[in-house]
Amino acid sequence: MAEDNILLQMKHIHKKFPGVYALKDVNFELRAGEVHALLGENGAGKSTLIKCLAGIYIPEEGEVIVKGNSHIMQNVADSQAHGISVIHQELCLVPYLSIAENMFLGRERNVAGFIKRGQEAEEAKKMLARLGLDFDPNTLIQDLSIAQQQMVEIAKALSVKADILVMDEPTASLTDKETEVLFETMRQLKAEGIGIIYISHRMSELFEITDRVTIMRDGQYVGTVNTRETTRDQLIAMMVGRELTQLYFKDEVKPGEVVLEVKDLVSPPFVNGVSFAVRAGEIVGMSGLVGAGRSETSHCIFGIDNRYTGEILIDGKPVHIRSVRDAMKNGIALVPENRKEEGLVLINSVGYNLTLTVLHEIFRGRPLGNPKKENETIAQYIHELAIKTPTAEQLAENLSGGNQQKIVIAKWLATKPKLLILDEPTRGVDVGARAEIYGFMNELAKQGVAILMISSDLPEILNMSDRVLVMHEGKVTANLSKNELSQELIMRYATGGGTANVA
Amino acid sequence: MSPENNIKAQNGIVRYLKDNMGTLIGLFAMCVVLSFTTNGVFYSQRNLINVLRQVSSNACLAFGMTFAIITGGIDLSVGSILALSGTLSAGLIVHSGFSVPGAVATAIIIGTCLGLFNGFMIAKTTIPPFIVTLAMMQIARGAAYIYSNGQPIRAMINEYQIIGTGYLGPIPLPVIYMLVFLIACVILLSKTRFGRHVYAVGGNDKAAIFSGVNVARTKMLVYTMSGFLAAFTGVVLCARMASGQPTAGQSFEMDAIAATVLGGTSMSGGVGKIGSTMIGVLIIGVLNNGLNLLGLNSFWQQIAKGIVILLAVYVDMLKKRRK
Repeated sequence: MAEDNILLQMKHIHKKFPGVYALKDVNFELRAGEVHALLGENGAGKSTLIKCLAGIYIPEEGEVIVKGNSHIMQNVADSQAHGISVIHQELCLVPYLSIAENMFLGRERNVAGFIKRGQEAEEAKKMLARLGLDFDPNTLIQDLSIAQQQMVEIAKALSVKADILVMDEPTASLTDKETEVLFETMRQLKAEGIGIIYISHRMSELFEITDRVTIMRDGQYVGTVNTRETTRDQLIAMMVGRELTQLYFKDEVKPGEVVLEVKDLVSPPFVNGVSFAVRAGEIVGMSGLVGAGRSETSHCIFGIDNRYTGEILIDGKPVHIRSVRDAMKNGIALVPENRKEEGLVLINSVGYNLTLTVLHEIFRGRPLGNPKKENETIAQYIHELAIKTPTAEQLAENLSGGNQQKIVIAKWLATKPKLLILDEPTRGVDVGARAEIYGFMNELAKQGVAILMISSDLPEILNMSDRVLVMHEGKVTANLSKNELSQELIMRYATGGGTANVA
Repeated sequence: MSPENNIKAQNGIVRYLKDNMGTLIGLFAMCVVLSFTTNGVFYSQRNLINVLRQVSSNACLAFGMTFAIITGGIDLSVGSILALSGTLSAGLIVHSGFSVPGAVATAIIIGTCLGLFNGFMIAKTTIPPFIVTLAMMQIARGAAYIYSNGQPIRAMINEYQIIGTGYLGPIPLPVIYMLVFLIACVILLSKTRFGRHVYAVGGNDKAAIFSGVNVARTKMLVYTMSGFLAAFTGVVLCARMASGQPTAGQSFEMDAIAATVLGGTSMSGGVGKIGSTMIGVLIIGVLNNGLNLLGLNSFWQQIAKGIVILLAVYVDMLKKRRK
């Protein structure tokens, strides 16, 4: 290992929290011109390690050596001064400011305090061009899509002359084409000698873009491997600490009666005449591109959107659903797309979140509630879904993504639904928890629950669905049975029935 | 958040002491200092009961305020609703020939309805609570002046005055009201379904909607309750003074907010406890009383209050950051 091109070394890093996760003796190394992936389940300590690098946390023990100097980052500015730039998973842009204004936030190009707008716009345009983006730098951030905002974030990070770049799940909201553009940029940056720390759950991306992979588990360093010399299975085994023989669990279930039937659902602009049915014991996948109207359709069925027209039938009977309570009374549950925004009260406890949907049962006939029943419910679901938390009192925000998702699923299972709608059930969820979630879905289907699974993850759709509905521009464009499923076919219908090899 | 969520249940009192360590130590320290500097006057039973009576109005307003702030809102109109209901109660007896119970009930109902109106506007439009209650603050104050013609309405009627001046044993009635509301609000917030919903609305209103919580109804109830508490306090205050004062309760909303914040309630919502707010109320009360006993004029009291608020919230933030 040539010492001269090592940009960064983190040695024996320890970080303790009163909460759940910590770092125990973690090592990491980054060379100039390499893309080094940090891999691990959610909660493995990747983000904590990055925060120790970015000066957000200060490790209790250990050494950080940046370009030969041993220095523990004291704050974010300190870290930036050492050429470290972090693109966080959550976007950190001010929506009401323009692209250029965001890029120069805190280091405005100015003369005696007056901003040189022209110069900022010009420089911003150059930086965007470096990423192959042709955006007007005066566009407001709020007018950009999430993916476009992500690209601006990357351009911003690059603009501070960083030679160590950290990307935390940068592709989570990017399309394949945008991801390709991003990778092209990363290759270019590599050639310039920049070291990139790359965090992603997408295994295929690791093999496409990274040189080395460091695996972490439960706050500990597991090992570092050369990407070219490893396999997907080996990485997964290192991540979960055991051989994960199978990710998807799906047994054949003979579908029962129709549980949900939807006729001519219309709610402009995203839902333009949707009709379909889901049977008991059936897992129906719903595929389509972002903006195809999948989540919006589920919001009609779940009563969040109450301005729709059309008919919803449960067990063959027309029902009136204009609120979430109406939906719940009809045995419908929805695990929403975005667990942090729609699924959880993050600043409250695990137990609180678990029972939020069944308060009417806990408080039925008892104005002061039934603590015994409540504790039993909480304990039951923490156990059944194997939610990793020290106590039920732990705040939801301190749990890993996978465990948070399990809380959201649990709180809806507690309502004993007939129809379970899962919107992106494994987005941002680590491999171990994913396998568990698929296991729950399989189990529920066997118990006769009808499941509608909205997902943008094609392998998930292909492996877990009995049947797949494809949506495009607010309409169901295909209803594909299991034996005719293929990635190409789904993509063809998802893009409006064009050529088959869009994907 | 609430104790019954803990599988390994932690003792409620231990938890309360632990959560409020900082403010409790501050309160205790103030009491110790005052007992020395006032030669024991502070610790006389008379004075302690006096302190409790003095804080009772702010306490009642602060309880309502705590609910509002936990939902992520605020209620600026409490001082004005207090004034309107107070003047109404006196005026209805003196000018309109209402019986005392009739006048009191009517005044409280009208104040409560203004709270309901606040809640309705906040829940059904997207106007922020700050704006809605700021408007109501102006409207109710104006209405109090118009109704009373800008003059105090004297109501020297024993049956009316007793509401504010009466005693139950050695304890003044306003203190009794405060204790009743304290217990009721603690139970309401920590033990009931409504309380859970209040935390959900402030913690993440979107998640609350997706969980089937009736967010609009929860907000309406919270502001209605705050209006009720303000109206009730207004009647008690005016009864005590035997006079419907349209100027009563000026800037009381600020004291209520101060007490709530001192108690550790987060202005961004989702976090807070009635029991902690009560400590905040007591800190402000003891501070006022102590500085009075020491002969400092009220202008200095305001400065002291400001410093204490800054200090307390800063300490609280340090504590949270260490977590």
